[in-house]
Amino acid sequence: MALVLNEEQRMLKDAARDFLSEHAPVAQLRQLRDSRDAQGYSRATWQQMVDLGWSGILVPEAQGGLDFGHVGMGQIMEQNGRTLTASPLFATAVMGVSALVQAGSLAQRNALLPAIVAGELQLAPALDEGPHHAPCRVRTRLEARGDGFVLNGEKQFVSDGHSADQLIVSARSAGADADRDGISLVLVERTAPGVTVERVVMADSRNSAMIRFDNVALPRAALLGEPGTACAVIERLTEIGNAHLAAELLGLSLEACEQTVAYLNTRKQFGVLIGSYQGLQHRAAHLFSEIELLKSLVIKTLQALDAGSAEVAVLASLAKAKAGEVATLATNEAVQLHGGVGMTDELDIGFFMKRARVAEHLYGDHRYHLRRFAALSGY
Amino acid sequence: MPDLEQFRRETRIWLEANCPLSQRESVVEFEDRCWGGTKWKFTSDDQKRWLEVMAARGWTAPDWPAEYGGGGLNKEETKILREEMNRINARVPLFSMGLSMIGPALLKYGSEALKRQHIRNIVEGRIWWCQGYSEPNFGSDLAGLQTRCEDKGDHFIVNGQKVWTSYADRADWMFCLVRTDPAAVKHAGISLVLFDMNTPGVTTRPIRLISGKSPFCETFLDDVRVEKDQLVGTLNKGWELATYLLTHEREMIGSIGQSSTSAKSLHDHAVEQIGLAGGALADSVLRTDIARWEMDNRAFELTAERITDEATAGQGVGAASSMLKYTGTEINKRRHELLVSIHGQRALAWEGDAYDHGLMATQWLRTKGNSIEGGTSEIQLNIIAKRILGLGKE
Ligand SMILES: Cc1cc2nc3c(=O)[nH]c(=O)nc-3n(C[C@H](O)[C@H](O)[C@H](O)COP(=O)(O)OP(=O)(O)OC[C@H]3O[C@@H](n4cnc5c(N)ncnc54)[C@H](O)[C@@H]3O)c2cc1C
Repeated sequence: MALVLNEEQRMLKDAARDFLSEHAPVAQLRQLRDSRDAQGYSRATWQQMVDLGWSGILVPEAQGGLDFGHVGMGQIMEQNGRTLTASPLFATAVMGVSALVQAGSLAQRNALLPAIVAGELQLAPALDEGPHHAPCRVRTRLEARGDGFVLNGEKQFVSDGHSADQLIVSARSAGADADRDGISLVLVERTAPGVTVERVVMADSRNSAMIRFDNVALPRAALLGEPGTACAVIERLTEIGNAHLAAELLGLSLEACEQTVAYLNTRKQFGVLIGSYQGLQHRAAHLFSEIELLKSLVIKTLQALDAGSAEVAVLASLAKAKAGEVATLATNEAVQLHGGVGMTDELDIGFFMKRARVAEHLYGDHRYHLRRFAALSGY
Repeated sequence: MPDLEQFRRETRIWLEANCPLSQRESVVEFEDRCWGGTKWKFTSDDQKRWLEVMAARGWTAPDWPAEYGGGGLNKEETKILREEMNRINARVPLFSMGLSMIGPALLKYGSEALKRQHIRNIVEGRIWWCQGYSEPNFGSDLAGLQTRCEDKGDHFIVNGQKVWTSYADRADWMFCLVRTDPAAVKHAGISLVLFDMNTPGVTTRPIRLISGKSPFCETFLDDVRVEKDQLVGTLNKGWELATYLLTHEREMIGSIGQSSTSAKSLHDHAVEQIGLAGGALADSVLRTDIARWEMDNRAFELTAERITDEATAGQGVGAASSMLKYTGTEINKRRHELLVSIHGQRALAWEGDAYDHGLMATQWLRTKGNSIEGGTSEIQLNIIAKRILGLGKE
């Protein structure tokens, strides 16, 4: 398949760029941070995104979605990386929808997906239990009781955990902490008795939460997919998540790079534009080249997701590993090449640096994905 | 060298007896370091006491002449004092731009009266000095600075703006680069003057950093009166002093990571957070990255030591301070990137008791300034390329 966007995808990309830069620029995130907004995102902006159909990009037409695919959603995520817009887009429209599409029963899909499309339901996957991604290391317990279950345990650094309506929780009904077998996914109301949510304000000013489950009673229907076999689903789900995070990090890197290049073309020292120094030209040109490499991995991975290719596992790890490295380079260079002003909060560059690291660590940093890539490749 | 052995023995005993236990812990927070000055609030009686007993011996500035309040130690003795302090992990009793920058410049270039007026106050931590070098349009190109200083007969009047002035809002005095001859070529018309930050016409506006803190300021100078005896060295010959001072600043910034490496090692952090698998760190990529960092860090420590030893022996190349500043700050930045990787999302939490109110993220972000302050990495590389390697000459 040609590694280019088709006409519709390009239009979506342009529309996303126009909308986000006009309605949800970095200034919005700054304002949410400075006002210590309790929600952590603008409901009005999210409603506009819903109106644009973004909540349904990955939802099949049967459930009222646009079924526009991962390449399409990836374009929105990439533009989102330029504006650092805080919204339920990733947790709900990428992860929540994908979990339901992957593992939900027809009844669950029919009940929940249309609500997501309509902007009436928000989800948050609650998978990791520590500060490092470890999808199948699950200690949270799910035990049968009566004709339902009871849930006990703790999840850490759950994106949108304090604002979502329902949590998609991985829990163990059999086996040891790191066994692949014995894990299930369940849907849990955030406000259910026994669920304690503690918001954690992260460096990137985006939503995260610690969540405890104390004897939370769940009906049998809370189960998402077959019991005991969720590890493979979680892996697939985080591959999707990582492909989209890589797209976000691509947009973030592009924006940091472009703003830096613009600065090199305005700031004068020693009577000349600093961009006239070859040492700095090479740094900018190197960054540009690295971003080009990332771009290819991102589009290939998104296309592989849409094609259902067997290569997705390997590609998602390559894309996320490269994205983590490139975004680190881009944001470090951006600060350094701005000089003193790069260290100030007044400039937006700091927001990019902070978001780059948080997004990298979500579902595995570059080292995690290098190791995973090597393991998948059999060495 | 029986004298040195005896000096070591006595120093060891004295430090054991006089260094409070709380001052033998690694510096974590900004306030753990004592900066001194009239506005300083000691974080503990121990911090105050440690400063006082060390200052009484002049050991806050061990190698400065005793007649002005310094310790009067020779190079070997100074090194022994450092080693003995490191041995018990004693904190540096006073950390200031007075000690690392303006003090050495005054000793070398200042009048007798200026030395009498300022040196003892620096040794005893009574005055907090800030550095008025950078201006909005003249950072790397420092010699282009435009702050005007006019001769008004019995005094000077200074007008202009400084920026990125670290701690200007807490400082008592500023050492400030000003232009005293606007007609002369760039480097030739600059002088170094000193003034009290309470002088009418001096105002500061804090600037917030990406780390959330506000340790630096814009400083506005409007018709600021500066007494003539506060000119350091010769009029219009300030550039030589400025660069002498920068050399000291660079050595200080280059070694900034070293005070924290006596703290818990990266591999201890990693073993604790990530654990071992078959005797090796469970994250094999991180393991290599940490080992590579430790290699470079050890090499850096040894290089700093070698260069000091070479200087003592009267050898060595010039521009070593640029090389140390460049390598030291890059290593320190890498250390904090690795700490964030080791602690994962925890290190990126920004608020909350459970995360030391974002201490790890704050420190990580602050290190990004290390390769900018005191002259950027690029400027250090330019200096190495030109002065040491002789590149770019026609
Ligand atoms: C945390 C912090 C504390 C500071 N504290 C003080 C202080 O107390 N007092 C004070 O006076 N100043 C202070 N500074 C200012 C600091 O000295 C300047 O920021 C620094 O010298 C760079 O100047 P600038 O910010 O104007 O950047 P610029 O000079 O505009 O540099 C922008 C970019 O261009 C690059 N560049 C510029 N010229 C060249 C060249 N010829 N070749 C290649 N690359 C080049 C730089 O390396 C940088 O990457 C502080 C800065 C920071 C970050």
